[in-house]
Amino acid sequence: MKILSTPRMERCIGCHSCSFACSRLVHHRLSWDEAGIRIASSGGLTTGYEARTCLACLPAPCVAACPTGAYSQRKGGGVSVKQELCIRCGECARACPVDAIFLDSSGEPFVCIHCGRCVSFCPHDCLELTDARAEGAEGGQTKEVAQ
Amino acid sequence: MIREYFRVLNVDLATGMGDIVNLEGRDTVAGGSGLAALLFEKYGLPERPWDDPQQPLIFAIGPLTGYFPLMSKTVCAFKSPYHDQYAESHAGGRSAYSLRFADLDALVIQGKAAVPSCLSVGSRHLDLKDARYLWGLDVFQTGQRLRNMSKGTGHRSIWRIGPAGENLSAFACINVDTYRHFGRLGCGAVMGAKNLKGIVVLGDSSFPLPEGKEYAKLFKEVHEKMTTSGMMDKYHNLGTPINMAHLNGLSALPIRNLQKTTDPEIEGISGETFARDTLLRNTACSGCPVGCIHIAFVREKFMDKNQYLYRQVTYDHEPIACAGAMLHVTDPFSVLAYMDTVERCGQDIISAGIALAWATEALEKGLISTKETIVPLKFGDGAVYRQAFEHLGAASNDFYRLLGQGTMKAAEHYGGQDFACVLGQEMAGYATGEAYFVSQALGFRHSHLDTAAYGYDENNKPKEVPKVLQYYVQEEQDRVLLTSLVTCLFARGVYGDHQLTADCLNSLGYKNLAENLDAVGKRVQKMRWQLRVKTGFDPGTVKIPKRFKEIVTWRGPIDESYLDSLQKAYAQKIREMGKPEEEGSPAKN
Repeated sequence: MKILSTPRMERCIGCHSCSFACSRLVHHRLSWDEAGIRIASSGGLTTGYEARTCLACLPAPCVAACPTGAYSQRKGGGVSVKQELCIRCGECARACPVDAIFLDSSGEPFVCIHCGRCVSFCPHDCLELTDARAEGAEGGQTKEVAQ
Repeated sequence: MIREYFRVLNVDLATGMGDIVNLEGRDTVAGGSGLAALLFEKYGLPERPWDDPQQPLIFAIGPLTGYFPLMSKTVCAFKSPYHDQYAESHAGGRSAYSLRFADLDALVIQGKAAVPSCLSVGSRHLDLKDARYLWGLDVFQTGQRLRNMSKGTGHRSIWRIGPAGENLSAFACINVDTYRHFGRLGCGAVMGAKNLKGIVVLGDSSFPLPEGKEYAKLFKEVHEKMTTSGMMDKYHNLGTPINMAHLNGLSALPIRNLQKTTDPEIEGISGETFARDTLLRNTACSGCPVGCIHIAFVREKFMDKNQYLYRQVTYDHEPIACAGAMLHVTDPFSVLAYMDTVERCGQDIISAGIALAWATEALEKGLISTKETIVPLKFGDGAVYRQAFEHLGAASNDFYRLLGQGTMKAAEHYGGQDFACVLGQEMAGYATGEAYFVSQALGFRHSHLDTAAYGYDENNKPKEVPKVLQYYVQEEQDRVLLTSLVTCLFARGVYGDHQLTADCLNSLGYKNLAENLDAVGKRVQKMRWQLRVKTGFDPGTVKIPKRFKEIVTWRGPIDESYLDSLQKAYAQKIREMGKPEEEGSPAKN
């Protein structure tokens, strides 16, 4: 199981290519919000950029908050989402501690599915798709890198 | 959204109300420069002055904006305070994407707000707020407050003016997202005249993409061309300042008010020196993986006991050439320190730098005194220039107020027209010779980007008037098509391939437009010249000052006879292009 991480955000130039790639390739939309990874300036353009994306929590608070079972825990961290079960209540976004879930105007949630399709569009190699930690490992963020 | 027509928001600042207008013309003018011209034809008042409240301030994007890499620019069109004629200025940052996601092909602003105000627009939002408390604040202070006051961090664009715009300086720019600008010909003063301190565009909607895999496949192909073919290396690596050493080596860099074209000391402000000693990081316009925006740091000791502050300043070739080399300041940190001052005031740094270069020589020659300049301008003295730029932005006295209306206007009053480095407006950073000088002097935007004719000179192409003329007309036509789509001109190597551009348009369903690219370029070129002429431009009256004819480049002295013939021939060609259609405007054909 792979996990997307953003280990080199200090290199980010704010081009949004990752967000657009996710929106285009995963959701078939043109958007810088409807994507599993969103880029924002951290306190204005003079201070660089930060990525809002799923940190692959294990266990994931958004799964616990989902009242219909649309969100389920993904092996190794992160979540799988069944849109047909989603009632657009927004509890997942409210439960996410790092603001990684975007709700569109209809309440549809957009969250990273750790597919890695954004990675090759980043011109500065800020992003990485790595193997998830072994099952049963402690902690929140995935850190184990594939060798 | 992909539409066969244009969706335009027209805001009246007098009432704070807006109209959504759907306008035909996608197949004939594309968008960007073409749409701006179409809108000026519709809303502009050619006979009335630039600061008439009803004159429109237009911002337009194109059919490919947001859908393909580097389709990232916005065209601003207005009647210019510099020459009271139709003009364009272009900027990137997040401006174009924010308009795209606000679901607007163009924003048109008319009227004058009763009090200094800020406008914010989005896909479901229009608001005009009293912003009297921002009047007088510099560009960065204004930006900070507008950021705090509006939502949509990261996915909005903030445009604002500084004191220069409030003072109606013809050098006033509109700052875009801190590091980019609608820089030239005074559009900042148009905002000032409208009592409009800032504009926030919220990019708060999204759109479905065409079905099937073709679009995504084509996007990937274009993205790879931009990032892997090497054609963007120049902009990604040292950036445009790579030209400093190159032009200096050719004896084609304007130095010390164009008294020189080469100098060993220029190494101090070369692109290589800036990158090695001052470069902090790069950043990008939205949708551009190239990231050409180079940001330097400069630190400043503001108190004893090692108390420092630091500033982040964006640099490019033009600011370094026109405000560094032309003032003969060759220490990069001194240049950066006053570039920051110019930014804060909200001035076009090209014009401001060239203006002070003229003022310095005028002071040396005794045409003016420190009674006018307030500070003792001296080539090479960065600290004095920092104060002078502040006076220019603030219009501290009659001299600086007049200088801020244009170097030639000041020279007409005080003398020194021969050495005012003005080619339609203050010269850009190229002293390559005849083809370039004539192009900037007569070109539509009086910009190095109109035809990039420095390349014609640099490549030692034939000094034959018909060939240069053909180059000017074709190059302008190609470029105006690109600025109608609207791409960054740094991507002209990719989108200059009309087949690729047509493929991009076809992938979005713009089939008629894709089939008629050449006709669109030609039509928009003509429309812009017609507007320029209609608003008062007479190409026959343009003068190229003596200083340009005195320089020596790698090709030797300037050939005055060639320059004069070229100027006359291009003026005639512009008259032809600007001639009104006998039956209807070309946009309606």
